[in-house]
Amino acid sequence: MVRELRITPIRNGTVIDHITNGLALDVLRIIGVRELDKDSTVSIALHVRSGKIGWKDIVKVENMELSPRKVNAIALITPSATISIIRDHQVREKRSVDLPEHVTGVVRCPNINCISNQGEPIESDFRVVRRRPVVLRCTYCDRQVTDFLRHLA
Amino acid sequence: MALKGRDIVSIRDLSTDEISEILDHARKMIPVAEGKKPSDALEGRVVATAFFEPSTRTRLSFEAAVQRLGGRCLTIADIGVTSMRKGESLYDTVRMLSSYSDAIVLRHPNEGAARLAADASDRPVINAGDGANQHPTQALLDLMAMQEAFGTLSGLKVVLLGDLKYGRTVHSLSLALAQFGSEMILSAPKALALPEDLRGELDALGAKISEEPELKRAVRDADVVYVTRIQKERFPDEGEYRSVAGSYRVDASVLEGAKPQLIVLHPLPRAGEVDPEIDRTPHAAYFRQAFLAVPVRMALLSSILGPGRGG
Repeated sequence: MVRELRITPIRNGTVIDHITNGLALDVLRIIGVRELDKDSTVSIALHVRSGKIGWKDIVKVENMELSPRKVNAIALITPSATISIIRDHQVREKRSVDLPEHVTGVVRCPNINCISNQGEPIESDFRVVRRRPVVLRCTYCDRQVTDFLRHLA
Repeated sequence: MALKGRDIVSIRDLSTDEISEILDHARKMIPVAEGKKPSDALEGRVVATAFFEPSTRTRLSFEAAVQRLGGRCLTIADIGVTSMRKGESLYDTVRMLSSYSDAIVLRHPNEGAARLAADASDRPVINAGDGANQHPTQALLDLMAMQEAFGTLSGLKVVLLGDLKYGRTVHSLSLALAQFGSEMILSAPKALALPEDLRGELDALGAKISEEPELKRAVRDADVVYVTRIQKERFPDEGEYRSVAGSYRVDASVLEGAKPQLIVLHPLPRAGEVDPEIDRTPHAAYFRQAFLAVPVRMALLSSILGPGRGG
């Protein structure tokens, strides 16, 4: 008999849904799996049918709520994502990721000669100059970035 | 003018009206810059000129501007004599400078250094060149040289020649020319083309831009040829530099058939891109351009710092 392993509901944690198909592992990288409690379960569903975006990925993480910085990073790579906070098996909060006007400390400037890459006591900072697709401009050196995955801080 | 207390980090920080006002003000400053008329517009003011990269004209013209207006300078002309040599951050250095002076003029090899300084300082910061990024006050004096020659900044045909990739003066000037509605003809070796980001920004501003790598053809209908030095110090490797070194030069044969009123500008220093024989022709405007650095920087400093103790 084939035993089916199903994704079980979580008691406390975060569900990131409507992730652009194929980007679940990048979302995990942003979340930082190493920071998780060793007893937490991480569930990933890849290539799931979605009425909203065709195909999608889903990530469920037990015992973790995301910092605003991580939410911003997720918004950069998959603006279609929604985030649900689960407490005691109930969805306590559900929202779309929303990119602010400035993205701070999330992306490194790709310009190696930028002052933000020289060990100064500052965080990287980018202005959002376009939202779909997302284009950022470094507040310091004015370099534009579109390839965020390669430059996540 | 609403420039009092403002940072000038990028030419983007100035509107066309503000640029025009600075140039009008600078024209009135010419007799002061020439030493023919006294001024105490900056009396009692201290301006820090912090240059962490070599400079001749920019630092000296800023210092001449301050001193002609009755102010004083605190100068860092060599990183080797500062605590940055001991590992002090630029951020801390600027915090300290801002407590000793009324304004900071900064040159630094890293792009974005002036923006960082503006964040760190509670005094106005003027960018005197940050890596390959921006050099806004050079753009102002370039514009003044063009305006002096033609009486206008709109409708000019300006050839931007040379290192458009690393040349920060071109980055600032092209944005200003786009604002004033002048036409730009880019003439550069392929490896030294204008950065794509900037080209996109200029296109979005509706700038009239064409490309003509063949110099003689680019110059034919032009009003201005803006020549730049290949920025050897910004190349990641010597081989890349050698592949483009000496690839263009403005000499008498290039200017044959050009408009008689054409002017040649160069932010200087030159390293062979403009033949000295051009110096003796009416086309040579680069030494006048270098002089205009003083009245332009006087106008800017006095607008940013407001009236000194002398009123």
